[in-house]
Amino acid sequence: MNVIQELEAEERQRVLGEEQKKPIPEFSPGDTLRVQVRIKEGERERLQAFEGVCLGRGGSGLNESFTVRKISFGEGVERVFPVYSPNVAEIEVKKKGKVRRAKLYYLRGRQGKSARIAERTSGRGSKKAGASE
Amino acid sequence: MAAAEKRTGVIARKLGMTRVFLEDGGQVPVTVLALDNCQVVQQRTSERDGYVALQLGAGEAKVKRTSKAARGHFAKANVTPKRKVVEFRVAEANLVDAGAEITAEHFVAGQRVDAAGVSIGKGFAGGMKRWNFGGLRASHGVSISHRAHGSTGQCQDPGKVFKGKKMAGHMGASRVTTQNLEVVRIDADRNLVLVKGAVPGPRGGWIELSDAVKGAKSDDRPFPAGLRASEEPAPAETPAEDAAPDASGDADNEGGEA
Repeated sequence: MNVIQELEAEERQRVLGEEQKKPIPEFSPGDTLRVQVRIKEGERERLQAFEGVCLGRGGSGLNESFTVRKISFGEGVERVFPVYSPNVAEIEVKKKGKVRRAKLYYLRGRQGKSARIAERTSGRGSKKAGASE
Repeated sequence: MAAAEKRTGVIARKLGMTRVFLEDGGQVPVTVLALDNCQVVQQRTSERDGYVALQLGAGEAKVKRTSKAARGHFAKANVTPKRKVVEFRVAEANLVDAGAEITAEHFVAGQRVDAAGVSIGKGFAGGMKRWNFGGLRASHGVSISHRAHGSTGQCQDPGKVFKGKKMAGHMGASRVTTQNLEVVRIDADRNLVLVKGAVPGPRGGWIELSDAVKGAKSDDRPFPAGLRASEEPAPAETPAEDAAPDASGDADNEGGEA
């Protein structure tokens, strides 16, 4: 292991350990996520949920990030979160999506019915598969 | 008095970049610089050389690829042959004995440093890449010369292209100094300095790291330098005496051990 990898492994340990954050769940593009974001308002801190479809994951290792898109008051909103950011308190997978792309940028041009993603009930990470194994 | 005077820099090797997460959720991009056996090879003094400086060496050079003259030079300081040798001007009060090793704790977290290195070579580059020229239009009758630099001068009056005109040519592979980088963290165990932002040069390149010329100086910095504490005095003195008369022979022995 080279020094950079060592440092990144330590940094990962430090971020995950200190925050007592749950282990990061397995999720992939197309999944509906609920991300709890830490928000500082002066002195006190609170959590704000951001729920939407994961458009894709980028980067690798400590530098990995993911994009979440939701429709807020009729307007599309996208946020990019670093996976290991201390500001991301929790990632919850609400629904697995059945998609055939790594990056779901085609959703940006769609609205309503055509922007839906079918639910995936089998395969990696789904509850059914987990129960049968 | 001495606290304000110029300290030596160090030779570091650029390992690459990563990021550090802060407590408040922020992130800092950092360059990881490693000090690889950075030792003082020679002192330059005003009596003998006319100026005051420290010659530092870093890295490990193969003994059999080091010339006899260079081996003798390293043997005088009782250090193994070095890959990279650099001089740093210092104040007289901040001279360090030859053979002393400088560690990452030479710097303190939060202070500012300047990093000098040889930038990545770009080869023969055009005006757009080298000088950020705009190029010519994509259409409206422009043919073949979309990335050309355009006119280089006026008319018959100067009748020449002025010296220093920005044109295409060799880019990169030159010494570049990035000033005022913040030291984010010091890793004493692995002898690492984590510096905020980018540093010139490729991964594995040599970087000269010194206290920032500009701005306020940190008071926590060790003077005259951040030296390896423990084993340094004992081995430095005893072999240094027999090294002087029989310099080349001593260097050979050292190489065998290393």
